[in-house]
Amino acid sequence: MHTETVQPGLLARLIEIGRESAGHVTSTPSAAAEPETLYDRHGVLVVRVGDLAVKLHQADREHGAPFLERIRLAATVPDVLVAPLGPPLDVDGRTVTVYPYGEPVDPQQKLPWEEGARLLAALHSTTVPADAPSWGRPARVARRVSELGHGPAVDVVRRAFATLPAWIRGENGDGPPDAAEYLIHGDWHLGQMVRAQDGRWRLIDIEDLGRGDPAWDLARPAALYSAGVLHPDEWSRFLGAYQEAGGPAVPAEGDPWTSLDVPARSLAIQIAATCVISAEREDRPLNEPEQAMVDACGRISAAGDAA
Amino acid sequence: MHCPKCRGVMRTYTRSGVHIEQCDSCRGIFLDYGELEALAQMESQYRAAPPPAAAPGWGAAPQVQHHHHHGARHHRPHGGSVFHMLFTT
Repeated sequence: MHTETVQPGLLARLIEIGRESAGHVTSTPSAAAEPETLYDRHGVLVVRVGDLAVKLHQADREHGAPFLERIRLAATVPDVLVAPLGPPLDVDGRTVTVYPYGEPVDPQQKLPWEEGARLLAALHSTTVPADAPSWGRPARVARRVSELGHGPAVDVVRRAFATLPAWIRGENGDGPPDAAEYLIHGDWHLGQMVRAQDGRWRLIDIEDLGRGDPAWDLARPAALYSAGVLHPDEWSRFLGAYQEAGGPAVPAEGDPWTSLDVPARSLAIQIAATCVISAEREDRPLNEPEQAMVDACGRISAAGDAA
Repeated sequence: MHCPKCRGVMRTYTRSGVHIEQCDSCRGIFLDYGELEALAQMESQYRAAPPPAAAPGWGAAPQVQHHHHHGARHHRPHGGSVFHMLFTT
């Protein structure tokens, strides 16, 4: 089995961990199953070993006390989140966690927008434990923009970035402005959903879990809809199901964009920057949806500073 | 065909499946049987259409959709770069 992310020795260790864990957790003979790579990008490797998924985390991420708190936190909402089956393991200085396997979203089928919205609304409606770590700030957008090179599309993205509030641009040490805080996933997209063995959907990836503004969990579909990349029907299914489930990120009725504007802008800029960077790396022009994201950045600058 | 009012030459146009004869001279319009009803039905459908979903001030115009459903036969709605946008961090 070939992987982009790690050397074969580490992969073999992950498979071994999966087989050892299977012995403790389940009586099904999953150890005999052929391991399968589920995810292999950006220094993260997830391998399926029978009924388990073994995740090798990014080397440069913080996996100390806050991560342990997130694991404990995830275990308190088992209907919403897939929590690791035990404490994190150390493999050659890298963090490894083990989870029950869940079926990812099939992009060729009808997408589970309603299910995702309901899971987020349920998470956001959970009482926040006093010791819950903070989600912090949306640091990815500033990081992506800092990786941009030069060119006309880059200028458009940079101008849009300048409309964001200083705390998102990371110019001062400020955290987010004081707001009612909820338990949020912190990095939600359709790749963060799996169908568990009980047939019900759950959220995965607890690395950004914490207290924060729930509007950020709606930011990605909001950004893609605003850019014209996500069809209005799909956005309506998602937003409608979220409101129907009583999610607190947006008003139950009335204009959702008062709370969604800044998160949607930020994600539109982050996604546009990601697109520009990968097009440049692959030495090709932007394709149509990628150009739509850059065009959205142009409209963001024209709209002026975010409130 | 000549215009019944001014005898000018009438030209045929087809718009959304409705055939319209229009006179080049007086701009008068001639509708075939059933075509007025077809227009009235289209008008009522237009009025009944739900309002477009709200968007932020910088949102794309409703007609600017870079991703279209092509029906079940070509059901590949989320490939390529859109897949990455929807499914990866």
